[in-house]
Amino acid sequence: MSARTTGPQLTLGLVLGVLVLLLALGALTIGPFPLSPREALAALFGAGDAQAQLVVQGIRLPRVVAALLVGAALAAAGASYQTLFRNPLVSPDILGVSAGAGLGAVIGIFLSMPVVAIQLFAFAGGLGAVLLVTVVAAAVRNTDRVLALVLTGVVIGALAGAATSLLKVLADPYDQLPAITFWLLGSLASTTPEDIWPALPAVLLGLIPLLLLRWRINVLALGDDEARALGVEAGRIRFIVIAAATLITASVTAVAGVVGWVGLVIPHIARMLVGPSFARLLPVSAVVGAGYLLVVDTLARTIAEVEVPLGILTAVIGAPFFIWLLASGRRGWS
Amino acid sequence: MKLEARSLEIGYGRTVVGRDIDLAVEPGRIFCLLGPNGCGKTTLFRTLLGLIPRLSGAVTLGGDAISSLSRAEMARRISYVPQAHAPPFPYEAIEIVMMGRTARLGRFAQPGVSDREAAYTEMERLGIADLAQRDYSRLSGGQRQLVLIARALAQRAPLIVMDEPTASLDFGNQSLVLGEIEKLARAASLDGQGVILSTHNPDHAFALGADVVLMHDGGIYRRGRPEEALTAESLSKVYGVPVLVERTPSGRHVCLPGAAR
Repeated sequence: MSARTTGPQLTLGLVLGVLVLLLALGALTIGPFPLSPREALAALFGAGDAQAQLVVQGIRLPRVVAALLVGAALAAAGASYQTLFRNPLVSPDILGVSAGAGLGAVIGIFLSMPVVAIQLFAFAGGLGAVLLVTVVAAAVRNTDRVLALVLTGVVIGALAGAATSLLKVLADPYDQLPAITFWLLGSLASTTPEDIWPALPAVLLGLIPLLLLRWRINVLALGDDEARALGVEAGRIRFIVIAAATLITASVTAVAGVVGWVGLVIPHIARMLVGPSFARLLPVSAVVGAGYLLVVDTLARTIAEVEVPLGILTAVIGAPFFIWLLASGRRGWS
Repeated sequence: MKLEARSLEIGYGRTVVGRDIDLAVEPGRIFCLLGPNGCGKTTLFRTLLGLIPRLSGAVTLGGDAISSLSRAEMARRISYVPQAHAPPFPYEAIEIVMMGRTARLGRFAQPGVSDREAAYTEMERLGIADLAQRDYSRLSGGQRQLVLIARALAQRAPLIVMDEPTASLDFGNQSLVLGEIEKLARAASLDGQGVILSTHNPDHAFALGADVVLMHDGGIYRRGRPEEALTAESLSKVYGVPVLVERTPSGRHVCLPGAAR
């Protein structure tokens, strides 16, 4: 990989960006009301057939934007966590954010709350779980701090999972249980523009510190002692990264439910494309993640008569890919 | 720039690993820390670098207490060469070296062309410029150690701490690394770097002509020129096995385990 210089990198970034835009246009044309790309573009900009405009602007566009946002957010958070914890097997829910968000949403559904309240509960549950993890981990002494964080994350995640299971047992099996199951597997089926607007600024707010601190986060991949000896306030940067990645993940989980695998797999693809350096890994992960989830969501709404939950497809696609990574030795880690 | 420790007590939490340590390291000189496993060498280094808090006593760097310095300010004054290791991701060797520039960058800045050049210059100086684009995680132990030394040099700090820089190196690489360390300290006498390193091989202290600090049971047992501090008696006592120190016909010293025959 001697070609990791600015020129080819920039070209690759542009190619990926254009590719994702084309995929987005393609996704606007696909569905029970098929459109040509020309018709879809016209409808997007408020011209042409009124029914086409309704389909594109009212139904498909929010979903496409949501898929791009959720995919980019989860992949960016995953890339940050993998670099931060120096572990390629880490995903954004390592500190319990998904389990917490899941529990929050399930409580909301169980109490038959409106959608907005369920989303707020999910968001609060995700943030709350990670907050609890960091507080408990800080109280644990005489252990490696990173190890304490990860182990506490596992414990809190398991507790939240147990509470979620309890609520599933207690839930109304005809009305609430399907909603819970669907939510825990992730879906963009009922996404409206009103769902996206609050998530977008939260995701951007989380991305800004990650972008600004990209070099320091990169240095943290060497481990705490070395990073500190190189002049990085390791504890402070780690706290900022955890807060930012949690905000990102909790925001999109509140919109889309628990979508697994994206945050785990996409950073590996990005690493194979541009190497592990975080300044390149972060944007490329985000772009690839956006494109990936867009493709997956388009499949989810078209391959069957009924909506397929996202989590099922991301696992079905992600698991064989991961096995291929392992077997082929084309890994972005050692 | 002078690193000074006065009646320093080191350890973790309530566990005292060493006490009564006085030390002064200056640019242009090499300090060689010797002692058996577990005598507190690494704990001392981590304390001097401010990575763990001292239990009592004082550590000053350029006249300032290290606890009053920011991490970045510390890093501009003293650099650290850890034992060669592999990070989990395949960084290019030059990316690892460029990380040495971190303390000279703004909080939100990225290393630029000049930092890349500085990194490349240091790699050239150590004769490893051809490794610049190679995957660091796939280099040999000796190559990695040289990359880490290049990183410390790119940090441009007047003092360098090296934790067993020759451990896990083969015979040839050991003398290569030792030669580079000597050059660092002797280079342009006034600009020379102050180096403090630990080693398990007393021969290296002789080869470097270093000031020796021999540790035993968490304290300093002997110090001074190698010929004075590293005697058959002191080495036998510290390492718990009989040791002979002999002069070769060419005038060099070698330390040998085992009693005289």
